[in-house]
Amino acid sequence: MASAPSKLCTDDVSLLVVLLDTNPYFWSTSNDSSVSLSNFLSHVLSFLNSILFLNQLNQVVVIATGYNSCGYIYDSSLSSSSSITKSSGNGRVPAFCSELLENLEEFLTKDEKMSIEESIDGIGSSLLSGSLSMALCYIQRIFRSGPLHPQPRILCLHGSPDGPEQYVAVMNTIFSAQRSMVPIDSCVIGAQHSAFLQQASYITGGVYLKPQQLDGLFQYLITVFATDLHSRNFLQLPKPAGVDFRASCFCHKNTIDMGYICSVCLSIFCKHHKKCSTCGSFFGQAQSQAASMSDQKRKGLET
Amino acid sequence: MAGQVVVMRAKYRISVKDPGVPGVLKLDDDKFVFIPHDPTSSAKLQVGFRTVKGHKFTKEGTNKQALLNITQDPEIKGGGFIFEFEKFSDRDVCRDFVGKALAKYIDVNKAAAEGSVAKLNTEQLSTTEIDRRINLLREDSELQKLHQQFVIGGILTEAEFWATRKKLLDGDNNRMVRQHVGFKSAMISDIRPQADGWTNKVTFNLTPEIIHQIFAEKPAVHQAFLNYVPSKMSEKDFWTKYCRAEYLHSTKNSVAAAAEAAEDEELAVFLKQDDILAREARQKIRKVDPTLDMEADQGDDYTHMPDHGIPRDGNKEISDSQYDQYKRNLLQDLNRHAAVVLQGRGIDDVDLADPRSVAEALASSKKIELATEAQYTNSNQAELVRISKITEIKDLQAPRELPLAPLSIKDPRDYFYSQQANVLKHLGETTRGMKPVKCHLRTQEAYSCMMKSISYIKDVGINDPTIKPELALKVLNGLTHNISSTKYHLRNNPQESFLNSLPTLMKEELLNHWTSIQELLKHFWSSYPITTSSLHTKVIRLKDAMTRIYPRLQEIKESAQSDLRHQVSLLVQPMLQALDAAFAHYDADLQKRSAKTAAGPNGCT
Repeated sequence: MASAPSKLCTDDVSLLVVLLDTNPYFWSTSNDSSVSLSNFLSHVLSFLNSILFLNQLNQVVVIATGYNSCGYIYDSSLSSSSSITKSSGNGRVPAFCSELLENLEEFLTKDEKMSIEESIDGIGSSLLSGSLSMALCYIQRIFRSGPLHPQPRILCLHGSPDGPEQYVAVMNTIFSAQRSMVPIDSCVIGAQHSAFLQQASYITGGVYLKPQQLDGLFQYLITVFATDLHSRNFLQLPKPAGVDFRASCFCHKNTIDMGYICSVCLSIFCKHHKKCSTCGSFFGQAQSQAASMSDQKRKGLET
Repeated sequence: MAGQVVVMRAKYRISVKDPGVPGVLKLDDDKFVFIPHDPTSSAKLQVGFRTVKGHKFTKEGTNKQALLNITQDPEIKGGGFIFEFEKFSDRDVCRDFVGKALAKYIDVNKAAAEGSVAKLNTEQLSTTEIDRRINLLREDSELQKLHQQFVIGGILTEAEFWATRKKLLDGDNNRMVRQHVGFKSAMISDIRPQADGWTNKVTFNLTPEIIHQIFAEKPAVHQAFLNYVPSKMSEKDFWTKYCRAEYLHSTKNSVAAAAEAAEDEELAVFLKQDDILAREARQKIRKVDPTLDMEADQGDDYTHMPDHGIPRDGNKEISDSQYDQYKRNLLQDLNRHAAVVLQGRGIDDVDLADPRSVAEALASSKKIELATEAQYTNSNQAELVRISKITEIKDLQAPRELPLAPLSIKDPRDYFYSQQANVLKHLGETTRGMKPVKCHLRTQEAYSCMMKSISYIKDVGINDPTIKPELALKVLNGLTHNISSTKYHLRNNPQESFLNSLPTLMKEELLNHWTSIQELLKHFWSSYPITTSSLHTKVIRLKDAMTRIYPRLQEIKESAQSDLRHQVSLLVQPMLQALDAAFAHYDADLQKRSAKTAAGPNGCT
């Protein structure tokens, strides 16, 4: 189907890159509390199927966001056009689903082999920055394929908590997505909000959603995330209530109106420090001298 | 200047295009009067300088009219009064007079507004300075509003107001710096002789500009000019001869050129290759790094091969070594021209109209160049150092220390946590909810659990139905409710400003308050630490002004309609907070100072 010549692509043809969170620690804890992996996959597969049916030129790419690695697990442009409608061997799932599931299994086996720790505390975070980069790389390739290409967007189905160590990498991918005008939609299926995805969607103009009822995930997906970018202009989609742009300081995490900014790395502090705790540059020599000078002067005047 | 009166003949023009009414312009201390020659004309004027805002004038130039435009408050009269004078000198007298009169009025205004305090700060401003300020105010209505509010309102002095905007004032200054005009990049060879059809005459046009360029590009001609003119021949003869030589070149006949050169010694100078240039070139070659294999390069350069050099003006002749020196090579000319253009004009302040002075100035500038050159080559030691530096092999050298401190960006985690608190707070979730789930997981178990789920869905297939209708309805209703409840607060485009949805009056008021608070705070914080009594009074003035704005902000907050109130208070809150911070600082400082003055005498005793 997507092997159809790209010149037929119109503004309502989408390339949907879905990032599936496959953090095993997240899924093994979520079994009892919210939604099980099999239920989740069932919703997502139905959703992908609907996307492919919405327009015969629509293209879907699925990337697994693993704990140790990331990988492409499905690309609708590579599978035969009949795989959507045809059922696989046992007839339970459409052929494209079984292809996706098999790739997912393969990916998980590889991912497991890469793990070093026997066990971890808490859920840990999956490699969001990695899968976002892969998605953007794929989209860049599509951009370069010719003047007429499907309209790309990224949908993050994410459950694991944010990994602070990925902050810089994730922000970089977000900004490069913004630069290439690729919206990042996010659907958070975990217990907490994700600061990363909140910012990603806000900056790139995507939709951020945290469904209240995860057993109705399919309904959320189809209502909010199924429409192509062109039709979005005419729809009322959930919107975040404005973003507070005030910064918080690096030292106490307080939101501040006025503060000190490191002239080297732009870290923000609420108090004057002798040394920047982020980049280690020294400052304030000249100023403190001047202050003491004026202090002395004042004292001199008073005595 | 008290009691001075200037009377000048001038034409009063209603607009710039207007031919003008001739008459007499009379200027005195506090007004200007225009009386037309024609007593019936209605163009009589009597205007006090009190109402005048500023004045403009045209730049001096040969083809320009000497205009003076006295502008008034835009509310009173649109353009202003335009007077045309007969001479620029007449205009300048009037201009200076008006400038002085205006300066006095501005000073008077200032003094009236600020009372005694201002007298300390009254500075003598030049008319251009005042002009510049008035222009800035006129161009930027926001600045004008601020100026009106604070300077006329007596909260800030004129000097204080402009002190923070030095950049704006400087910006104008920089524009006035004259740029040096270099040589034209067109080659002088492009100046072709013009032959009229019927006589045998050939005309060359030489302008001072071209002469200057010829001197710079052809040192031989320059030298010859210095030698021959005016002792041996007149300037005119010299150039005639030069043009003749040029003409011979343009006829592309090197044989004829050689013949002429043999007859006339002076003409030969122009026709032969330039000796001075050749010498310079040799000198340059001597300075080339000795490790460079010039011979190899020469082999690569095909222009040295027979029949490859492109002679000037594109013709090719069978080469004859005897006449070689009378031929010119296009590449040589191009190179020389490029070098001269890049060098720029060595002399600036010489009158170009006089070729003699140009030639002399060039010669003296060249002498300086040569002197520095000689100094350089004489210092043999320096040369050796230079060579050793060039020939050193990079890989074998010890690494030169970088004059930079390496940047050590710490853990990216720090950046994350500083952001996260913000994002989560506004999503309505506290960080307490963010605490990681306390559990201990085995890797293998986790993976096998996932595998199980996948094989389960493979066996069972996708849920049928995917979602129960009741649940779907519930989700849909929830989403719709959510969207419709946020619709009021938000716009279609999250990037769009909330301000646009406010009534224009309120929006303007808010923006106005915002800019004035910014201005006040800027002055407020910059006056700390308070060292002089004038700073002290300034701070008191600023604080009073801010206390007056404070209740107005509160009013705006309360007067907003209920659906906007939340957003408006979000906008107003930071302003209030900034003011509160300033007040707190003021009070703390006041306390500290009073404590100190109280303790001071005690400490002394």
